[in-house]
Order: sequence, then C-alpha cells, then structure tokens
Amino acid sequence: MTAMDANPIAVILERLEAVAFHAPWRRFDVDAQTWTAIAKSLGDGGADLLSLWGDAGAVYMALRTPPADPCVISLAVTEGGFPSVGRFHPPAIRLERTVADLYGHRPADAPDQRAWLDHGQWALRAPLGARTPAPRRDPVDYGFLAVHGHGLHQIPVGPVHAGIIEPGHFRFTANGETVARLEERLGYVHKGIDGLLTDVDLAKAARVVARVSGDSTVALNFAFACAVEAAHGISAPPRATVLRGVMAELERIANHLGDIGAVCNDAAFALIHAHCGIFRERVLAASDRAFGHRLMMDGIVPGGVAHDIAADGGTAIVAALDDIVPRFEEIVALYDDTPSLQDRTCATGFVAPDLVNRWAAGGHVGRASGRNFDSRRDLAYPPYRGLGFAVPLYTAGDVDARVRVRIDEIRASIRMVKDWLAALPDGPVLAPIPQASEAREGIAVTEAFRGDVLVWLRLTANGKVARCHVRDASWFQWPLLEAAIENNIVADFPLCNKSFNCSYSGHDL
Amino acid sequence: MRTLLLKSLFARPVTIKAPGADDGGLEELGRALAARGRRLFGRSITIREVDAGSCNGCELEIHALSNSVYDVERFGLRFAASPRHADVLLVTGPVTHNMKVALERTYAATPDPKWVVAVGDCGCGCGVFEGSYAVIGAVDKVIPVDLHIRGCPPRPIDLLRGLIALIDKAAAKAS
Repeated sequence: MTAMDANPIAVILERLEAVAFHAPWRRFDVDAQTWTAIAKSLGDGGADLLSLWGDAGAVYMALRTPPADPCVISLAVTEGGFPSVGRFHPPAIRLERTVADLYGHRPADAPDQRAWLDHGQWALRAPLGARTPAPRRDPVDYGFLAVHGHGLHQIPVGPVHAGIIEPGHFRFTANGETVARLEERLGYVHKGIDGLLTDVDLAKAARVVARVSGDSTVALNFAFACAVEAAHGISAPPRATVLRGVMAELERIANHLGDIGAVCNDAAFALIHAHCGIFRERVLAASDRAFGHRLMMDGIVPGGVAHDIAADGGTAIVAALDDIVPRFEEIVALYDDTPSLQDRTCATGFVAPDLVNRWAAGGHVGRASGRNFDSRRDLAYPPYRGLGFAVPLYTAGDVDARVRVRIDEIRASIRMVKDWLAALPDGPVLAPIPQASEAREGIAVTEAFRGDVLVWLRLTANGKVARCHVRDASWFQWPLLEAAIENNIVADFPLCNKSFNCSYSGHDL
Repeated sequence: MRTLLLKSLFARPVTIKAPGADDGGLEELGRALAARGRRLFGRSITIREVDAGSCNGCELEIHALSNSVYDVERFGLRFAASPRHADVLLVTGPVTHNMKVALERTYAATPDPKWVVAVGDCGCGCGVFEGSYAVIGAVDKVIPVDLHIRGCPPRPIDLLRGLIALIDKAAAKAS
C-alpha cells in the first residue's frame, strides 16, 4: 500500500501500540491531542464513525478506516470532560449528548449541549457516573431550535403516536403544507440498557441485548455472540454459523415485507399491505416452527445457537418461501404498474448522497442514496464470508429507492436461506465458552434489516460482562430523516418515516 | 392489478379457519369475544395501543392482529388512533420514567368506562429491565390494570385469548 491510499487515521495510529486482548480489531489508548486530530480527520471524511460511547472515566470511538481494518480508540476523561468530536463531525453530536447524560463526561466545545436521553425524570443526574440527585423537571421543558420566518406554524406530534408504533416526539415547523424543519426529540423509551449491561453475567446480558430492539433481535444477539467469541478467540461450530445466517435472513425478509406493505399503506394503497402482511405472517410462522419463536428471540447465544433447528423446520421454511416467491413477484409487478402509488413514493423524502456518506448511514437508507456498504460483505463475518451475494444499490435517494432496496434484499435473502438449508452442515450447534485468565474485549458488527449494528464489550477474567455497548443502525439514520422530510408536505411524513423505519428503542437504549 | 383482484375474488380466504373444538381455535375465540363484547358495547370494542417503553417486539405482534390471517376486525375489535375513541388501552412496557407522564395523560384522555390491558412480560412485570434507574416497571405501577397478557412477546393468538378474558371480567363487573 502506498502512502497515497493509506487511511489518514490509520497513519495517525500507526505509531501507537494497540492494547492487549482486544479483538478482532485493535484498540488504541490515545491522548487528547490525538483524539482531536482523529476527530478532525473524521470531519474531513477520513473515516466512518461506527460509534461513540462512554464508560467509567473514559470515552470510546469505533471507526471504519478503509482500506485498513476498523479500530477503536479510547481516551481517559480529564476534569470531567473530553474534546468534542461533534464540533468537527456532526454525526457524533447525539452520541456525545448521550455520554454526557449517562456518565456526566462533558464534550468540551460541543455545538449542542442540550440533554438528549435525560428528560429530567430519573431523579438522578449522570446515573452511570456520579449519580447526583436531581429534582424532576417538567418533561415538556426542552429547548427546541428556533425557526424564524413568515407564515410558519408548528405541529407537535407524539410521544404517543396514532399508529401501533413506538413513542417519540416530532416537532414540525411548516409553511402551509410544506415542512420547513423537523426536529426530533427521542429518549422516551430509554430503559437504562447501558446500566443493565454493566457488571452482569453473560446469559443475562444476552437477554438484555436481544431486547434492545425487538425487530432486530436476531441481528443484535448475533453481534453480541460474535463480540464474545472474538474476545475469547473462538468461533461457533459450522452448523450453528449457518443456522445464524438462516435466522438473520428470515428476520430481514419478515421486516422488509412488513415495511414494504406499510409504506404502500401510508400511500393509501391497502392491497399491497394486505398481501405483504400475509407473506410476513408465513415467514414468522415458519420461523416459529423451525426455531420455536416467531421473532427467534434468544436463538443466537455466545458459542453458537441455543437450540438446533426443528426436524421439520427446514422444510417448513422452504415451503413458506416457495409459496411466497411467485406471489411476491406479482406484488412487485403491481407496485411497478401503479403510477398513482409511485407518484407518492418517487422523488419523496430525498436524502443526499453526501449526507448518507457523512453519517455512514447503513442499510436501505444508505444503499438507496448510493452508499455502497453492507457489513455482511464489507466487514464480512461467517456465514457470509466468501458468499458472493449482490448488494443492491440505488442513487435516487427517495422513498421509492428505499422500497426497491428492500425488494432486492428480500430476493437475495430468500436465495441465501434456501441455499443454506439445502446444504446444512452436520455437527454440534454450541461451542463451550473458555475460561479466560484476564479481562478481554471484543467487538462485532452485523447487518440487521435496517443496517449495521455494533456491539462492543469488555469481559472480566471470570467471564462476566464488565461493560457492553450496543449501537443500533438508527443512530445514524434518525438525523437524516430530518433532512429527508425538508420541503416535503406534512402528509408525506408517514411515507418517509416508514421508508426509514428507524428504531426508537434501539436508539433510546 | 385487475388480474390480482380477480384472483383474490376467487381465492379462498387466508384467514385462519376454526380448528378443532378442543384446541382453542381462533375463530371460536373470536365468536365468544363478539358475543360478550356485544352485550357490553353493542357491536365493537375500540383499542388504543400505548408503547410505554417496550422493545417493539410486542408492537410487532399486536400489529399482526390486524393482518388478513388474524383479522381481528371481523370480531368487532378495532384499533383507534386516539385514546378519546378507545374503550381499551393496550399498554406495553416496562413503563419508563420518560414515558410516565405521557401514559398518565393518555389514560386520563380515555373516556369511562375503560379497561387497561398490560401486554408482555415487561408490561406485566418488568422483564429483563428489572432494577434499572430508568424504568418504573409494570404498567400497574402507574395506572390500574384489568388484565395481564404475558409473553415475550405474546403471540397474536394469546393476545386475542387475553382480550376475551377481559370481556369476561368486564361483564362480571357490569352485572
């Protein structure tokens, strides 16, 4: 590799020594100056921010620095603070506000110092840090950004929404029907997951991680298991690895089916919604038959999978998929042949390629706006390593493109599942977790249906989880939804929102 | 689209048929529910769902109640967009501190007579989130609950079975 194509952040880290027992990627303890230099380089597009999180007395950042492997950097907090990354790289802003809320580490010179997850309801400030008692505040007391202009009005929506969905607040400022600004306020379903994942045994931690976001439970468990296995330097048996792939792809198929239907339903085209609902139900019923749970919750555990697939599970899955395929194609043809529907989805909710690249937005949000990244291929992990599947890529960046990414992914996932089940390796499905004699750290990224999820953890010598951080894909998608709705009409917000389908719970933690 | 509609016209319904009498089938449950519901509310019961802190797993299964396979509307159960139109609040949890006020206000906005159903292991107890600084816990710690439907998440058929139990309870209260 020449100096020209080396990653600037990799160059900065070259002279440093990585800490011991951090796998599979390296972690570097850096000083404030290096931290700031890396933050600046992030802002210049030198890397993708994978996550930023706090711990007792420290802050961490995970970065993807192609062509080099991803890495983690950590900085000891001094005088209760750390140099803000958000002032150079806006995608870090909400993550930094979260670190300040939970641990009390202040991001120095941060552009936005408002509380984010802390709505003043915990009777505590910095619940994972100093734990100072604090009086409860009125939850409505939040400084929304000011919007100036003639003829503007505000529409507050939520936290309790009209549909059967999660809670969150949207503050629309509109000029007539056109949205001038959307500002999100999230954190309503904050359950203190970072706290629950501190100093806890492995089995309990796995159950909590599975419930960070119910729709991505398989992908989250998958990432958690891979991180534990990386820390211990072990791998799951071949049969378990393939079964993990089957579960992960079934989850993707089911969610995409639900979302395609829901997007069409939000354009008042109920026919596609009805059919997609039936397809989704078939997939969930087959998953239930094969793995004993409709959402396959707690199916993937560190070391392998909790249970082998049921004897008739593979047949049930293939039968369901074979039943769906021709009918799904009819529905896709219907979508293609209905101009009144495409009138709503095309050119609606545009997200610029520059934004998805800066925010490193994963999943359909990134791939519909030309960001050619899929962690199954680009940070390949078993069973996807060497699989050679097509990653759909569109550049229109609108609701239609996000629907099309999902359609293509359903097709690819169905093929994958059928191929795997046709050649399922024999053998055990669970490898024992070894006893370590020192603290170890592991990190893993897996591809959930809405994009890449990251799990980082530190295990104690006796195998407990000392600290675990989970970052859902939504963190880098929610801010782009604010951009997507700008200059669209208020009535198109449900379409935009559903085409993203960000997780509230996965974000609020 | 015409071909598809035509095909649907002659296709058999996908909605689950009544299974054998002893395995507690869906349609059987639904009929029982409709009979009791009619006595109380005329022909329909309107439900408002409130996520007070769930992981979204319960919402996915509550959503499934409305698909063509379960099709709860055929039994007179429907979901409303506003608590002001609701007879039943279907609440998932664990109730977070950040959602407490919103849940209380939603409850206050629901006209009497009203019933509250706590859904899921987290809404009924606190699930895996027990002991966190950020959660209050079970729904009944914030508003009175008439019925608990457990499961992580409960299957759609369990949700329907639970709603029948609620109607039973409501009927007993009324008489």
